[in-house]
Amino acid sequence: MTGEGVGARLPRKEDDRLMRGRGQYVADIRLPGMQDVAFVRSPLAHARIRAIHVPEAYRDRVFTASDLAGVLPIRAVSGLPGFKVSEQPVLATGKVRQVGELVALCVAPTRAEAEDIAASVVLDLEELPAVHDMLAAREPGSALVHEHWGDNVFLETVVDVNFESALDAPIKVSRTISTGRQCMAPIEGRGTVVQLDHRLDQLVVHTATQMPHIVRNGLSECLGIEQGRIRIVSPDVGGGFGYKAILLAEDVALAWLALRCGHPVRWLEDRREHLTANANCREHHYRITAYAERDGTLRGIDCEATVDSGAYSAYPFSACLEAAQVASILPGPYDFPAYRCRTWSVATNKCPILPYRGVARTGVCFALELVLDAVARAAGIPPEAVREKNLVRPEQMPFENITKKHFDSGDYPEALARALKAIDVEAVRARQRQGEPDGRRIGLGLSIYCEQAAHGTSVYSGWGIPMVPGHEQASARLTPDGGLELRIGAHSHGQGLETTLAQVAHEILSVPVARTRLVHGDTAMTPYSTGSWGSRVMVMAGGAVAAACEELRARAVRIGAHLLQARPEDCRFEGGHVVGPSGDIPLEAIARTWYRRPQDLAPDTDPGGLEVTAGYKPVRDSGTFSYAAHAAVVAVDPDLGAVEILDYVIVEDGGTLVNPLVVDGQIYGGLAQGIGTALFEEMRFDDRGQPLASTFADYLLPGAADVPMARIDHMETPSPYTRFGQKGIGEGGAIAPPAALANAVNDALQPLGVELLHSPITPRRIVEAVLAARPTPEPAREAA
Amino acid sequence: MKPVAFAWERPDSLAALLARLAEAPGNVKLIAGGQSLGPMLNLRLVEPDLILDITGVPELRAVRVESDTLVLGACVTHADIEDGRVRDLTRGALRRVAAAIAYRPVRNRGTVGGSLVHADPAADWVSALTALGAEVEIAGPDGCRTLPVERFVTGPLTVALGRAEILVAVRVPALPAGAAWGYVKHCAKIGEFAHAIGAVRLEPGQGRGRAVIGAVEGPPVLLADARPLFGGRIGADFADRFDPAAADAALRAAGMTDAVERHVHVTVLARAVAQAAKPVPLNLPEAA
Repeated sequence: MTGEGVGARLPRKEDDRLMRGRGQYVADIRLPGMQDVAFVRSPLAHARIRAIHVPEAYRDRVFTASDLAGVLPIRAVSGLPGFKVSEQPVLATGKVRQVGELVALCVAPTRAEAEDIAASVVLDLEELPAVHDMLAAREPGSALVHEHWGDNVFLETVVDVNFESALDAPIKVSRTISTGRQCMAPIEGRGTVVQLDHRLDQLVVHTATQMPHIVRNGLSECLGIEQGRIRIVSPDVGGGFGYKAILLAEDVALAWLALRCGHPVRWLEDRREHLTANANCREHHYRITAYAERDGTLRGIDCEATVDSGAYSAYPFSACLEAAQVASILPGPYDFPAYRCRTWSVATNKCPILPYRGVARTGVCFALELVLDAVARAAGIPPEAVREKNLVRPEQMPFENITKKHFDSGDYPEALARALKAIDVEAVRARQRQGEPDGRRIGLGLSIYCEQAAHGTSVYSGWGIPMVPGHEQASARLTPDGGLELRIGAHSHGQGLETTLAQVAHEILSVPVARTRLVHGDTAMTPYSTGSWGSRVMVMAGGAVAAACEELRARAVRIGAHLLQARPEDCRFEGGHVVGPSGDIPLEAIARTWYRRPQDLAPDTDPGGLEVTAGYKPVRDSGTFSYAAHAAVVAVDPDLGAVEILDYVIVEDGGTLVNPLVVDGQIYGGLAQGIGTALFEEMRFDDRGQPLASTFADYLLPGAADVPMARIDHMETPSPYTRFGQKGIGEGGAIAPPAALANAVNDALQPLGVELLHSPITPRRIVEAVLAARPTPEPAREAA
Repeated sequence: MKPVAFAWERPDSLAALLARLAEAPGNVKLIAGGQSLGPMLNLRLVEPDLILDITGVPELRAVRVESDTLVLGACVTHADIEDGRVRDLTRGALRRVAAAIAYRPVRNRGTVGGSLVHADPAADWVSALTALGAEVEIAGPDGCRTLPVERFVTGPLTVALGRAEILVAVRVPALPAGAAWGYVKHCAKIGEFAHAIGAVRLEPGQGRGRAVIGAVEGPPVLLADARPLFGGRIGADFADRFDPAAADAALRAAGMTDAVERHVHVTVLARAVAQAAKPVPLNLPEAA
């Protein structure tokens, strides 16, 4: 054994180039004759366009909606009953519905010149009342984002399972809980370079995307040109998190422009565009009530959830993915008998809401875990006791929960128990009782979630969005010198797929990881795939790579048997060799024979050779359920609102881990983003719908000093449904921290009568709450 | 996010700089470290015709001691101070402040003069130099003049520089033996601009002292005579005598209406007073 297969803790192959600054991103692409694009964007959240004045000198460099004849708006329709369709014009027509909406595109030899031109374009806008508050937007009489709808609701859903049976529970706890609007912040923003390849009569679109094939679908539909004329290339991608799983209007505009101009064109998103015009996510509002017995046993949950979906339905995930998901995933890892959830996906004059790592789960986990702590306080029992009472138990696996989610495997109470032990609850409580010399207050917070991942056709066909995952395909090809090439249609935006998929192949073919190359990020060279989202790639592409390699192995054994003059059934594959009764032959020799010395092959050899495309679906496509218990200890300064994370423990079960080092990296990265959600990140808007941050000076991300070295413990309960028992884990790290940290802060401040229910928990919010809870908040010493 | 086209020159003497500044038409900006001007250019909040890079002027990089006063050229960087490459008569007070400004890459380029002229109310030097009783040297077409920092910074992003004048140096008085210094700031995270700053320079032996509450809307709130914060008397027991209500009253008088803001600023000032009474080792950054 070389120790490079499934389970090996290998450093990532791709890090050699990425860490040395040799990655190649969209912004590194230089093409002869390439020109830059800057957009004229709406300065107002909601307005009628009266006129667009373009200086005479720039008439041939500025394009508006009237130039884009034949280009269709972006339509991300959900098949859920009652869904109202928005049409997102590539360039604004008639109205603008969000700050930053594209109004005109300006092309020039450099970006600075393009910005000069953009600055010379004058917009004549008639401002309309902005819809900026999702709750007010639901009320009659609100201004309308899409007038012909008659209201602002993309979709309303309701789930009710025996809800009334919970009403006589002795404990009833209600809370209003909300999460701030955020901006995903990958280091690399969006960017697109489009070139017209006259030889192939093809638009070559270099764009930072997680899903090249879906971008091709969308571009083809909007531009009305056949897919064969479009090639999407996604080079190195500097972080995605969902932001790069979206077809942007900018992508369509650039493709149209390249067709029109004939020369290559480029748009690189700058941070102001990213923050103010594009990358919104996360804004949820919950009115949630928990019903429980006096011992903490849950009788039921009732919830009204509203999600601020922004102005348009984003392609391909739609405007209702978040809210409608809330209804199905709110119960989390808990087993209780009664449930009601109503949801609203509300249109507002903000950027469309986009799926961010964890998608709806981060908000749902925040709402449920905070209300569970409230139940614990009402019942007078420790927070861990409520969770112990209600977590789904290992003997229930596989378990179908109250919303028909099918949990494949796991031991949730064990994860909690390990987290409690690792964080040392007794020691924390003792320290808490003792008090801190500096006046800060110690708090302990827990949070548990489950992450449905790699869910497939049966789940997504129900949503009816433009993209439904089916079988995932992968190609495997032995090269004449015995190396291995893998091709997948999903794309890496930092996950380390070049390493982990090579490990999967190694498990089957024993080709050294160093000699295995992953080809991905190019529609011309890879099988179709819906791409990298939903923590699906290691399950789906991993399964497909395994399937392709297994077929390749079978073919190699047949060729090898012939060369060994043995029957295939008498041969086996071991350590990269076909081993027969009286000798063995390495894979390299088999490859050399197939490609270079076909005269040595059997006359009836399999003409398919040493290149295989195979498809894969798990035994069940309802998804894998990875999960984790997070435990946090914080110190809170009640006077300044500063929160220091003293300790952080994560007990994670991702099933079989293909590469534990990569999984740790995923968890650390997710934790950093979860800390951002919990304590720092918020995109606020004023009542005219203006975003209040346009740089990272105002939109705060956690820095190195704000992210503790978490202690990670892995459980590995294999999924019974996937190839190696692996589960998707890409998002989990970002799901639990906001709830764990909020619960910890609330635990610390409980003696002061403070309970914070809105994320992020900023210093300002803490001090406000502490002062508000004081018996005499502010002695009135002065005349008014 | 690209700046407008502008001309760029780098004069090599103070005389050449002043001459160019006096004669150049249009909108002229000076650049030293560029840590504030750079982003403002990229965001097109500033659209200059000409930028004069002043880092090539030797006079602006000079540091000298005049009896009990340290004179720092305007282009001395935060890192120059942090690393001890320039003299210090404040018994570490300057180094302490410098070491906690933003992030190291900002400190490598950012200058003490640039920070003062930019006059962001949340910037460290604006408050710290006010509390230390520093002055600025200004040169212009009509010669040189000197102003206390509190009269130089007149408002948010506003300073008392006339046409074609530049800030040449900062004059920092020595911190005498027996004087106590405390400087605390509160940031949402390390490296961010402060949300509240408290600074005190107290001389219990002389019964006098200055206090500053910074990172407020306008210029820092200065109590040039800080005795009211200590029940009317500054003595060896000043830490015990600190009166938060007096600080709160000063902030009300300065127009700070938000009770949460006042609470945070008073808390930070109280901690600066506590630090002055019991200084912490130099290697700790000041972020509260």
